Amino acid sequence: MLRILHDTKIDFIRLWKITTIVTLLFTVPGIIAIAISGYQYSVEFTGGTLMQVSFPKAPTIEDVRGSLDAAGIKGAEIQTFGSDTALVIRAQDPRSVAQQTRGAESVAGEITAALTKKYGPPPNFRVDRTEAVGPKVGAELRQKALYAILVSFLVTLLYLAWRFEWRFGLAAVIATAHDILGTLAFIKYLHLEISLIVVGGVLTMIGYSLNDTIIIFDRVREDLRKRRKESLYDTLNRGVNETLPRSVLTHSTTFACLVALALVGGEVIRPFALVMMFGVVTGTFSSIYVAPVVLLWIEHKWPRAVGERGGVGPRNMRETPPQGQRRRASGES
Amino acid sequence: MATIRNRLILILVLIAASVWALFPRTVSVRELNKNGVWYDTTQTHVPLKKGLDLQGGMYLALEVDESKGAVANKAEAIDRALKVVRNRIDQFGVTEPDVRKVGNDRITVELPGVTDQQRAEQLVEKSAFLEFQITDKTGALDKVVPRIDQIIRAKGYDKAAGAVTTPGAAPSADTAKNAISSLFTPGDSNKAKSDTGKAKGAAAAKKDTGAAKSDTSDTGVFNGAANGPFSRLIQPGQMPGEYYVSNTDVPTVSRYLSYPDIAAALPPGKSLLWGTTADLGQGANATPLYVVDTKPIITGEYLTDAKPATDPIEGNIVQFTLNSEGGRRFRQETGKHVNDYMAIVLDGKVMGRPPIIESAIGTRGQITMRGQPLQQVQDLALVLRAGALPVPLKVVDSRTIGPTLGADSIRDGIKAGILGVALVLLIMIGYYRFSGLLAVVALGLYVLFTLALLAGLDATLTLPGIAGMVLSVGIAVDANVLIFERIREEMARGKTVRASIDEGFRHAMSAIIDSNVSTALTAAVLYWIGTGPVKGFAVTLICGIAASMVSAIFVVRTFYLLWLNRTRGARQLSI
Repeated sequence: MLRILHDTKIDFIRLWKITTIVTLLFTVPGIIAIAISGYQYSVEFTGGTLMQVSFPKAPTIEDVRGSLDAAGIKGAEIQTFGSDTALVIRAQDPRSVAQQTRGAESVAGEITAALTKKYGPPPNFRVDRTEAVGPKVGAELRQKALYAILVSFLVTLLYLAWRFEWRFGLAAVIATAHDILGTLAFIKYLHLEISLIVVGGVLTMIGYSLNDTIIIFDRVREDLRKRRKESLYDTLNRGVNETLPRSVLTHSTTFACLVALALVGGEVIRPFALVMMFGVVTGTFSSIYVAPVVLLWIEHKWPRAVGERGGVGPRNMRETPPQGQRRRASGES
Repeated sequence: MATIRNRLILILVLIAASVWALFPRTVSVRELNKNGVWYDTTQTHVPLKKGLDLQGGMYLALEVDESKGAVANKAEAIDRALKVVRNRIDQFGVTEPDVRKVGNDRITVELPGVTDQQRAEQLVEKSAFLEFQITDKTGALDKVVPRIDQIIRAKGYDKAAGAVTTPGAAPSADTAKNAISSLFTPGDSNKAKSDTGKAKGAAAAKKDTGAAKSDTSDTGVFNGAANGPFSRLIQPGQMPGEYYVSNTDVPTVSRYLSYPDIAAALPPGKSLLWGTTADLGQGANATPLYVVDTKPIITGEYLTDAKPATDPIEGNIVQFTLNSEGGRRFRQETGKHVNDYMAIVLDGKVMGRPPIIESAIGTRGQITMRGQPLQQVQDLALVLRAGALPVPLKVVDSRTIGPTLGADSIRDGIKAGILGVALVLLIMIGYYRFSGLLAVVALGLYVLFTLALLAGLDATLTLPGIAGMVLSVGIAVDANVLIFERIREEMARGKTVRASIDEGFRHAMSAIIDSNVSTALTAAVLYWIGTGPVKGFAVTLICGIAASMVSAIFVVRTFYLLWLNRTRGARQLSI
C-alpha cells in the first residue's frame, strides 16, 4: 500500500501567524493595484468589437495598426494570439462602443474593409472570430456577472447554514471570501482580461474551494462527536491531518487535468485553466489555514454553552446521536 | 448474490442506454445549394449537438430599433418580428438554425456554419416593407419650395449647415451640382432621354418618354435660376415628381427635411422618398428624390411569391406575385391611375425608376435591381417572400466563429482530455493499484454516461463544455478518493476487508454529497448568467456530477461486491 502523508500529526494551526502574513503579502498589493488601475475587461462586458484574424504569413503589428489608422479606426488594440500569424484586434474605446448603438456589427465591417484594402480580400487574411457587442448587452452582462458571483455566494451560504452549525458556516464563508480576494489579486498579477470565461473560472473555483473546506469540517464535526474531551484546537488539527491524503490525491488529479487544459487546451480556455489552477492552490490553503483558524477564533469569541458541544452538527442530524455513539464504540474497539 | 446480479443488470442497462443514446444516426437535412435550389441530403453523425464555437457559425441578438421613433407595443411587435425572422432564416438554407425570443425584447439567432456576417445581418435586419405609391404629377413640391427656402433662411438652418459641414465639402458639392445642371442643358437632352429609357422601371408598364419630357419642361420653373438654400440643391428630373440631388448634398437635404417646421410645410398627403443612387454620367452621382402620395395604393402584405430572375434588358430583377385579393385591389387602383407613375417603395426607398402605368395591372409585377449582384437579388426575393418586419430591428450582439477555429478547438479539447485522463489514470493506479484500476474503469463509464446524458438532454457541447468535462474528470475521482481513504482507515483499525468497504462507503457519503451539491449550486448559477458557451460549461458540469455519483459510488461498489464474492474471505485488498 503506497501512502502519502499517512497518519501525520502536523500542527498546522500553529503556523497561522506566518500564513496570515503570506496571505496578506499576496492579496493586499493585488487589491491595491486593482483599486488603482482596475482590470481590463473583455468586449463582452464593455461592449466593443473583437476580431481574431489569421494571415498566411505573419504580418507586423505596426502594418496592421497603420491600415486601421488609415481607415479612421483609432484606439484599437492589436495583439498576437497564440502564434505570430494570428492577431486579435480589440476596438473597445468609447468611440467604437458608441458607434455600436447604431448596430453592433458596424466596426467589424470597417476593420474587415481596412484589412481588405491593405492585404487584399480573403484568402489573404481570414477572419476566424468576431465578437461585436453593443453597449447595452455589455452593461447587462456586467450586471449579470456581478449578480452571479453574489448569488452563488449567497446560495452556498444558505447551503452551509442548513448543513452546518453557524460557526462552521461563517468560517467556511470567510475562507471562501479569502479565496475570491486571492483569485482577484492573481488575475491582476497575470494581467488576465476579465471575460465571461474567467468569471466562470472564479465561480467554479468558489464551488471547488468550498468543497474542500466542507470535507475538512465534515471530518471535524465527526471527530468532535467522537472525542469530546479533546480540545477544539487538537480536533481541528486532527481533521486536517486525517483528510490530508485525500486532499493531496484529489488536488493532484484536478491539477493534472487543469495543467492538460492550460498546456494543450487552446488559447480560449487557458485563462480559465489558470484561474482554476490558482483556485486549487488557494482552496487547499484556505481550507487548511484559514477556515480552521477562523473557526477557532469564532469559538473563542462566541463560546458554546456548556453541554452544547455534542450538538455540533446540522439540525437534521441531531436526531441520530445513537449512531454516533455506536460509531465511536466501534472505532475504539 | 441477487443484489449483485441486479446491480450488474442495472449497470449493463445504463451502458446499453448510453451507447444507444450516442449511436451515430442518419438524419435527413434540407440544404440550399449554390444555385439557390433546395435539396435533401442525409448526414450520419453522433447525436451530440456541437455549439457554434465548435462547428463555426454565427450568433446574433436583435432588438427593436427605436432610433427612428418609439415603438408602441414592443412585446407584441417582437413576437410578430420573431415569426418573420424565423421564416426568413428557414428559407436561408442553414442546417438546424435556432431562432428564439429571449426575455421580452430580444430575438437571438444561431446560424451554424454561416460566416458571411454582413449578408446574414442584412437578411435579418431588412424590414422588407413593400409599398406601391403613385408619384405626384401636380408639381406640389415646386409650389412649396419658396416657402421652404424662406423657412431655412428665417431659422438660419443653412448657417448651421455651414458650421457642420467640413470646409472641403463645399466646393465639391458645387462641382457636382454644376455637373447635374449641365446634364439638363438642351444640348444634352438626348443623352438624358436615352438614359431614362435604359433605366426604366418595372416591365408591367411602358414609359412614355415624350410625356416625361414635356412634364419636365412644365415643372422646371426654377431650373437654373433658383438659388434659395433648398431650391438650389434640387434639380427636377425627367418625370413628374422626380428630383435629383447631388450625392454630396444628400445629407444636407435630409437634414432640412427632418426639421419639424419644414416637414409641416411640405404638401399635405405627399411624402418625399429617396431613390437608389444613379450614375448620371460625366462623373456626377446623384440620388433621385421622389414626391409620392403618402397613402400607398397597395402594400406587400398581399404578396404570395417573389423570385429572382434575370431579364436581358433590365438585368437582375425580382418577380413577385400577389394573391387574388391583392391582385383585385391592384387592378382596381392601377386602373384609376393609368398614365400615372408608380413608385415601388421598399423600406422607404424607391426601387428603380417609377414606371408609368399603361393599363390596369393584375397579380404580377417586378422590381428592377439595376447592377446589383445576383446574391443580393436572391436575398431580396427571400425577404419579400418571408414577409415584412413589423418593426425595425438592429443587431445588438454578434459573434462569428470560423469553421477552422472550431475544428482547432475540438482538436485541442480532445488533446487536453486525453492528456488529463492519462495523468489521472497514472496517479490513481500508481497510488491505489487494484482499487485505482476499478476507479479508472468507473471513470471510463463516467465519460460515457456524461456524454450520453448530454445527448439525451439535447444539450449543446461547447468549448468551455469540453473544458468542464476535462475538469470534472479530475473532480470525479474525488468521490473514489474519499471512499478509498476511508476504507484504508477502517482497515488500519483492523476491520475485515468486507466491513471496511461497507464502512468506507457509508462514512464517505456525506462528504461526497456535500461536495457535489456545492459544485452543482455554483454550476446552476453559471447556467443562469451564461450565454451559449458558458451555459454549455454549466450543463456539462451538472451532467458530470450526476454521472460521477453513479459511476464512482454505485459502479465501484458493485465491482467491490463482485470481487469480494469471487475471493471469499479475502484478507488483503489492494488499495
